Amino acid sequence: MLFAGERLGAAHRWFAVGIAALTFLLSLPLYLGFDNSTADFQFVERVAWIPAFRAEYFLGIDGLSLPLVLLTTFLTPIVVIAGWEVIKTRTAQYFAAFLILEGLMIGVFSALDGLLFYVFWEAMLIPMFIIIGIWGGERRVYATIKFFLYTFLGSVFMLLALIYLYLQTGGYSILGFHTVPLSMTEQMPIFLAFLFAFAVKVPMWPVHTWLPDAHVEAPTGGSVILAAVLLKMGGYGFLRFSLPIAPDASQSLALLMIVLSLVAVVYIGFVALVQSDLKKLIAYSSIAHMGFVTLGFFIAWAILARTGEVTGIGMGITGGVVQMISHGFISGALFLCVGIMYDRLHTREIGAYGGVVNTMPVFAAFFVLFALANAGLPGTSGFVGEFLVILASFRANFWYAVLAGTTLILGAAYTLWMIKRVVFGAIANEGVGSLQDLSRREFLILALMAGGVLIIGLWPAPLVDMMSASVDKLVIQVTQSKL
Amino acid sequence: MINTYLAIVLFPLAAAIIAGLFGRLIGRAGAHTVTILGVGVACALSCWVLWRQVVDGYPAENISVYTWLVTDGVRMEIGFLVDRLSALMMVVVSFVSLMVHIYTIGYMHDDAGYQRFFSYISLFTFAMLMLVMSNNLLQLFFGWEAVGVVSYLLIGFWYTRPTAIFANLKAFLVNRVGDFGFLLGIAALLYLTNSLDYAEIFAAAEGLQDRNMLVGNWEWPALATACILLFIGAMGKSAQVPLHVWLPDSMEGPTPISALIHAATMVTAGVFMVARMSPLFEFAEAALSFVLIIGATTALFTGLIALVQFDIKRVVAYSTLSQLGYMMVAQGSSAYAAGMFHLTTHAFFKALLFLAAGSVIMALHHEQDMRRMGGLRRHLPVTYWTSLVGCLALIGFPGFAGFFSKDALIEAEHLANIPGAGYAYVCILLGVFVTSLYTFRMFFMVFHGEERLDVEARAHLHEPGWVVKLPLILLAIPSLALGWLAIGPVVFGDFFGGSLFVRPVHDVVGRLGEDWRGPVQFIIHSFKEPAVYLALAGAFVAWFGYLYRPAAAIWVRERMGPVQRLLENKYYADWVAERLLPAGSRALGNVLWRVGDVRLIDGGLVNGSARLVAWGSELIRRLQSGLLYDYAFAMVIGLAVLGFWLLFTPTGAG
Repeated sequence: MLFAGERLGAAHRWFAVGIAALTFLLSLPLYLGFDNSTADFQFVERVAWIPAFRAEYFLGIDGLSLPLVLLTTFLTPIVVIAGWEVIKTRTAQYFAAFLILEGLMIGVFSALDGLLFYVFWEAMLIPMFIIIGIWGGERRVYATIKFFLYTFLGSVFMLLALIYLYLQTGGYSILGFHTVPLSMTEQMPIFLAFLFAFAVKVPMWPVHTWLPDAHVEAPTGGSVILAAVLLKMGGYGFLRFSLPIAPDASQSLALLMIVLSLVAVVYIGFVALVQSDLKKLIAYSSIAHMGFVTLGFFIAWAILARTGEVTGIGMGITGGVVQMISHGFISGALFLCVGIMYDRLHTREIGAYGGVVNTMPVFAAFFVLFALANAGLPGTSGFVGEFLVILASFRANFWYAVLAGTTLILGAAYTLWMIKRVVFGAIANEGVGSLQDLSRREFLILALMAGGVLIIGLWPAPLVDMMSASVDKLVIQVTQSKL
Repeated sequence: MINTYLAIVLFPLAAAIIAGLFGRLIGRAGAHTVTILGVGVACALSCWVLWRQVVDGYPAENISVYTWLVTDGVRMEIGFLVDRLSALMMVVVSFVSLMVHIYTIGYMHDDAGYQRFFSYISLFTFAMLMLVMSNNLLQLFFGWEAVGVVSYLLIGFWYTRPTAIFANLKAFLVNRVGDFGFLLGIAALLYLTNSLDYAEIFAAAEGLQDRNMLVGNWEWPALATACILLFIGAMGKSAQVPLHVWLPDSMEGPTPISALIHAATMVTAGVFMVARMSPLFEFAEAALSFVLIIGATTALFTGLIALVQFDIKRVVAYSTLSQLGYMMVAQGSSAYAAGMFHLTTHAFFKALLFLAAGSVIMALHHEQDMRRMGGLRRHLPVTYWTSLVGCLALIGFPGFAGFFSKDALIEAEHLANIPGAGYAYVCILLGVFVTSLYTFRMFFMVFHGEERLDVEARAHLHEPGWVVKLPLILLAIPSLALGWLAIGPVVFGDFFGGSLFVRPVHDVVGRLGEDWRGPVQFIIHSFKEPAVYLALAGAFVAWFGYLYRPAAAIWVRERMGPVQRLLENKYYADWVAERLLPAGSRALGNVLWRVGDVRLIDGGLVNGSARLVAWGSELIRRLQSGLLYDYAFAMVIGLAVLGFWLLFTPTGAG
């Protein structure tokens, strides 16, 4: 598609959505054939890649990566459909960029070879850079440079850590990394190197400021993928690398990580309250919600220290992973909603709206649903992860739970205040008065997202069962010292 | 039986979905038919379930429906615990809901959002039934938040009104403060018992009573902490001081939901929760004292605010706050049966009062200010007589439903001897006088005296039709008769069976029951206690001040300036909730954003490091000028520096 470009004519849209849908269908056998009872990697493909470095093309999934792979394949068709009529220039290249991105993201989540992982990780920056840089908003150049430098700088250190681990194990297999014994003086720099890469991606406070800018300038589809999938690579990285490779360093820096996570939840909650740009508000809300992911992972050692038991550690990790998946749906859906309004009025200013429900009642119903999900309403996916993390953090320390729990108030405050100003009220101006309700295409994508949000909220058991064996294994890995 | 229970919750849900998604297709009549049918089935089945439990003596049932998720050895389930306590609540909820559904046909007749409204109230019925039928804390929290959301949607039902969408946001956020505590309470219980299931938690309660829990670095009694946290949730939902500020504003919603949600059912969820959790609270006396003091404070001080209100719905709303305080006082004194009985009678007579107020408002074309009412007795006879029944029940006039429940509650509280009981007794006695005063102030201002109507309202004045009058009459019957029939079995008998748990040391209802010789004796006995005289005195003062000598009321008001202002400003609680906290949060957010994010992180760290790199490269660029004399100059300087360094550095030998 990249090369055929406009010559494909009108068919290129159908081609793109067809490929994306096919990928989703192909990912279903992974779910259906997945064995929940084992933590081993499944559907493994392993061939030599660069024999000189003993790097391999080594892919496989376990319970931690499968949900993320499915999230990616589910969202890509939606993003393609969302860009259907909205993208006016170089449409074929736009869709091609998303399809390439999809392949690379799946690669990141399923690579079991460190070098292969790194290649996917870095390559993924390119299509994202292009998506923001070409189809983005006015300040897109500033945003792309900031995005690129932040994330690139972060991952350079990761490469150093990977090379060191290669020297220690004689290969790039991540499974080999997991079992190699490392002293504290080795673990600490390795952990910090990974931390830099992953913390930028999550993003954790204080390396989060690239995200609001990138979101604001990105086209709708870019924002959706950025929020829904790219951010999850950071959380996934912690699970796949930092925790099992450097458990002792994780333990000694756990308090720092917990503090940064709680700062994200509380501090960013207040910051989100005062945003006047819809996309910035949702971007800040993403940072606050991702705080729960890192909190869920790193309370493990606080629980161990406080109670002397492992009970609760698995709950925190499970909660963190569920939060990642759920946030993929909710933030993706919210960005789609903002995109739908932006396509009509070409502004993201909250003040330019008001009384949207009068002219777009169906859209308003969806928007309110996603907003409530973002505020962690039980019955929606937004509740599950936060609930589990708060329950687990109570075991670690009462005050962690109190600070994390403030999201109940802050999350509702910034989300519903936004809803009040945008959706409710009398028609604020002529622009709002002339709005058309959802087209069939828009209805379809929002309905799919709503389905995901409600199913996970009402019956999270399939998702949790999928990961439980892998979580159990991870709990053993993080609680066994490598010293 | 699981099919019956599923039918009870799923019929209203299905009706809500049909009316909500296909409202345009089925039309207005279709929407109210399908929802009334759904709630009607739920009501009939609930009555049958209660009958089976209480009369036929079937045992309580604890059934799991499906597993929500399992993690870390904790099984989180959706399930039903149907015992006599939940069965009673099911009947109250579905019956009042059914009445409100019928009444809504009349009240919302001209509204464009007719189908949406029916969808919401059926959805509410579903959520409330899930809440009361739950057998675990997870589902309780589900229902707890779900009723909050429907309440949010309904307060903001008329979404073009600025006051309505302000009130619903406020209601949701204040409730979220409560839910925050509630969630921590659930986390505490999970921490202590490793379960969310009622049965398992209750079984562990006794063993926890002496256990301490680390809160930060302090050791706090574990169970009392957990119970107080749970009760903070109840303070939000049941609008106890200081989280009461949302309830009066919730009157911005249509009147039928004020009756259903903000008087009869949702706001009693907190009271129900304490009764449900009685096996925990019984072993945490500090938590009981906390409940008692908060409840008593609410009962008296919110009642006082009702004295200065002129909006008819707000008077009833403050009265609801005050009565919720009474129920909490009962729970705090371990008189759970009396509290639940007051909840039940209150659901009927307060729904009646709200619907009667709605009838008045409709008759006057949406006029709510009592200063523009008066003398309506002749024009609205059915509303007048049913309101009188409601008012007499509310003030506890001997023989009416509210009398039996409130008197039992007050006398039971008098026997309690936990810390705070004395303070609570004073509050609730004074509260009786206040209740009676504001109730009859409202009654006389609306129905008696001279007509102060607008010309417009006067011209269209007529009593609404039968869909409005029928629910009024059907609700007036229990408000009159329920006390006579039910006080014996419900409060002093074995109505609740094993569903409420009271430790012998706290069993005030049991001690009160030793003197129980039937309702007539109960009335006669009540004349030996102050409460009845206080109620009569309140009504008398209202008559004197608002009908007989209006000048007297004005005279008093003029001499009570500061008190008046304090009450009119509702103790400035609204000011804190609406001005101080939001503005403070926004100010904090702005500081964190503009200083923290923009200036320090972006300005200092990010762009700062970019500038550092730029500055460094600029420097290096200038050095590489490509001009020979620059390089020669650098070499000379370098040689000079090196020479000086060699000359003046002391050598090892020196």
